[in-house]
Amino acid sequence: MSTDSGSWQGTDGSADPARMALAAGLGPQMAGSFGTTGRGPRLLSGGGRKATIVSTISTLVVLAILAAIFWLAPGSAAFRHAFFSPANMWQAFIGDPRKGYYSVGGAIWLNIRMFLSAEVLILVLSLVIALIRQSTSPVMFPFRVLAMIYVDFFRGVPLLLVVYAVGLGVPALRLPVLSTQSSTVYGIAVLTLSYSAYVSEVYRAGLNSVHQSQVAAARSLGLSHFAALRYVILPQAIRNIIPPLLNDFISLQKDTALVGVLGAIEALQAAGIYASSVFNYSSFTVAAILFLILTIPLARFTDRLIERDRRRRLAGAMR
Amino acid sequence: MSAGEAGLQPAGIEAIAVQGLHKSFGANEVLRGIDLSVAPHEVICLIGASGSGKSTLLRCLNLLEPISAGRIWLLGQDVTAAGIDANLVRRRVGIVFQSFNLFPHMTVLRNVTLAPVKALGMSRAEATAAARDLLGRFGLADKQYEYPDRLSGGQQQRVAIVRALAMQPQIMLLDEVTSALDPELVAEVLDLLRELAAGGMTMVIATHEMGFARDVANRVCFLEEGRIIEQGPPAELFTSPRDERTQRFLRRIVDAGRM
Repeated sequence: MSTDSGSWQGTDGSADPARMALAAGLGPQMAGSFGTTGRGPRLLSGGGRKATIVSTISTLVVLAILAAIFWLAPGSAAFRHAFFSPANMWQAFIGDPRKGYYSVGGAIWLNIRMFLSAEVLILVLSLVIALIRQSTSPVMFPFRVLAMIYVDFFRGVPLLLVVYAVGLGVPALRLPVLSTQSSTVYGIAVLTLSYSAYVSEVYRAGLNSVHQSQVAAARSLGLSHFAALRYVILPQAIRNIIPPLLNDFISLQKDTALVGVLGAIEALQAAGIYASSVFNYSSFTVAAILFLILTIPLARFTDRLIERDRRRRLAGAMR
Repeated sequence: MSAGEAGLQPAGIEAIAVQGLHKSFGANEVLRGIDLSVAPHEVICLIGASGSGKSTLLRCLNLLEPISAGRIWLLGQDVTAAGIDANLVRRRVGIVFQSFNLFPHMTVLRNVTLAPVKALGMSRAEATAAARDLLGRFGLADKQYEYPDRLSGGQQQRVAIVRALAMQPQIMLLDEVTSALDPELVAEVLDLLRELAAGGMTMVIATHEMGFARDVANRVCFLEEGRIIEQGPPAELFTSPRDERTQRFLRRIVDAGRM
């Protein structure tokens, strides 16, 4: 294998992602300069005992500075009471129906239910939109235009505005069934509509990442358009887009909090009710911690997938 | 449709008959009137410089490219007629590309069985047995559970050929199948093609391997600028080409040490 990364590009004009990654400076010969160990960027870089000592000292210093700012600020005591009062945090977490406030710990289940439902719907709807946008048949022209308008619209309008428009607007229409749903259902609908616009673009990028020659190979074997898509193109496309897809889902998990404005008692709404009835903001801290507990594992999982993918491509390119 | 119209080809039952085939990509006319007939069990080699139209001709024969004008009959059927199901045609005509194009997310075995199962409706067990048989015949039995990126180029190309053969095609089209291979891997693929030719497979092979063409082809066609300039048995075409353009091309090949 050549060590001149420039020579990999343009030799045959193919867009091999591994080659591109290598040419972009992610090659093994570059890895050392970023403090990696050939297994990609890591939090703790290799380099033996000395490096461990240095990173430990550095971590302690940074923590000490942060703690000092936190504890020595003039309003530190009031701040800590307002946001980090253990008693209030516990009260907000378990809630107390007699005093009129909801359990933030219970309310987070509504967020979880909302994003799980929305994720399933988004995966389906956005795939349909992406396939419509990728279609080439003249018959599909009006649908392509509609899909494009849809994506432009929902990507461009603030999510909160869509929440209000659907959550308050649709009930006002007084239609049967459609206007009599709970704010949770409207919330799921809004999240699905809005996120499908983003995720359809992710799908589209994935579909484009599969080389046209794969389509030719599949069709040349007599596979139908559908079979080629189902067995050859989509599996490869989806494998390529899992990291960006999970990234969108991380942000979806947080955005379930916006549905609270419709009166659904999700975690942030429950925390707000607690805060305004007790005049203590520790409930928000509880909500923040709960959201972090949900999103951080998914974020780390996404990192791992990206890393695994990078290694696989490198391994492929080394052969 | 009356006899003598679109349904009938000019003469006898040819494996392939092409008449006045034109193909343009936008303003760029790549094929400028190709006439060709291939008898059953005949092996044709297409030679010519890159860009002469060899690949495009093969892709048109497999209906991977819509043609601009002309007629193509495959096994007696006018495949350029309206209402032809291209999928049915392609099931009888295998094509193998220069760049292998194996499905990277599937094992070798799945690569080979996918089309028989999903396009022919064969049972998985039946397709698997047939695939193992073919892989074994071409020395790939121990690779059946490997993924394509674990194979050498020569092995990948042999799998690609086996994948096409698994559809039990009556015609095989091979588009510069050794061009992307390291020199030491070319022989294993050419040997496989020799075996197919010996088995009576009708083949149209676009190639730069003149020695191979000389050995295996019943007829060699020289293409330049989208036309068949000259064709004939290899002994004739390689030793005493009549057309000046053929002579020039062959001289360049000899000068390059490729023959």
